[in-house]
Amino acid sequence: MAGHHDDAEQDASELSEMQLRVRALETVLTEKGYVDPAALDAMIEAYETKIGPHIGAAIVAKAWNDPEFKRALLADATKAVQSLGLISRVGDHLIATENTPAVHNMIVCTLCSCYPWEVLGLPPVWYKSAPYRSRAVNDARGVLADFGLSLPPDVQIRVWDSTAETRFIVLPMRPGGTEGWSDERLAALVTRDCMIGTGLPNSPQEMA
Amino acid sequence: MDGIHDMGGMHGFGKVAPEKNEPVFHARWEGRCLALNRAMGAIGAWSIDEGRAGIEALPPEVYLASSYYGKWALRLQNMVVARGLAGADEIAAGRALRPDNVLNRKLQTADVPRTLTRGSYARTPQSEARFKVGEAVRAKNIHPPTHTRLPRYARGHVGVIEAIRGCHVFPDSIAVGAGENPQWLYTVVFDGRELWGETSEPTLKVSIEAFEPYLDAVKDL
Repeated sequence: MAGHHDDAEQDASELSEMQLRVRALETVLTEKGYVDPAALDAMIEAYETKIGPHIGAAIVAKAWNDPEFKRALLADATKAVQSLGLISRVGDHLIATENTPAVHNMIVCTLCSCYPWEVLGLPPVWYKSAPYRSRAVNDARGVLADFGLSLPPDVQIRVWDSTAETRFIVLPMRPGGTEGWSDERLAALVTRDCMIGTGLPNSPQEMA
Repeated sequence: MDGIHDMGGMHGFGKVAPEKNEPVFHARWEGRCLALNRAMGAIGAWSIDEGRAGIEALPPEVYLASSYYGKWALRLQNMVVARGLAGADEIAAGRALRPDNVLNRKLQTADVPRTLTRGSYARTPQSEARFKVGEAVRAKNIHPPTHTRLPRYARGHVGVIEAIRGCHVFPDSIAVGAGENPQWLYTVVFDGRELWGETSEPTLKVSIEAFEPYLDAVKDL
């Protein structure tokens, strides 16, 4: 139905099986008093507008500019991120792992979809997909090639499989040519993928 | 469970296909589905590992053919019915036929901020950690038919304890209703060749987060 974006306005015949299934579940669970639809609205709004990779980017930029914060982040990321006050309270067991000229880190969850939601938002579809989950642990360089990334052959690729409640964020290397940049300017270079390890930060030239 | 969800190292799934400017949700129902699942977890309908076991219990052909939130919708429906929180007849009817709330709890807007923060799974240790950083360990060759977080590709292989992460709720126990049974958690790092043989990328290292019951000491290294 052209012009209608809310599926509530569409005919039932136009709704997909999943739309119908989820609508039935929401109606039943609401009528039984387990959930308030307004609470669902608030959750969805938070993930669409408040919680996302900009939080991780601010953390990375701060670590690039502030050696004391970087030390604290690598020692205990939960505590260090908490101190920034970017989010009400970061969940426990966040671990930051640092890229160096010798080691490139990459995060995966081969068993499901574990991802640091509070600092990166909800994971992209590819992160939860069979190709990424199957190949990250035995074809890491092939996966990086799918992202257009080729690293020197002597760089160690360290893959972190998120098999427990610990969560990981990659601290990428600071791009050259950014001396004296503010946290805000640096944060604009930090992509979601570079904090998962399937990308590198943008270079200042790309941003020019 | 040696299920289709345990995908590490499998062949044949093709290339990773990143989507440019991907939206948070691709359809309205995906957001509703995510929120409903989170809501039921937040009011204590099931723990995070029971929820994972619910996804793993989907038949493999359904698992592979369903989108991510499609799997969440099926899991939600199956678990709500299995735990008697709502009837299959009610979901089929699309409305409540009985006004019961067996949990006697409701997720309200005021509860939302706490649902956006992960809970803590760390517990007070009841004993010393068995392994030390730098120690060689072998992942056990176990094949429990129930939920476990030891991926198949690591089983039987030797790695090194890189970090001790504290004592955490043990997924294998809580997922089968056997309580939290907290266990020490370690980051164990494996050489690519140990996991995948001589054809492995020589520069590859893979770590898993391994609970102490998954590991045996290696004395002779």
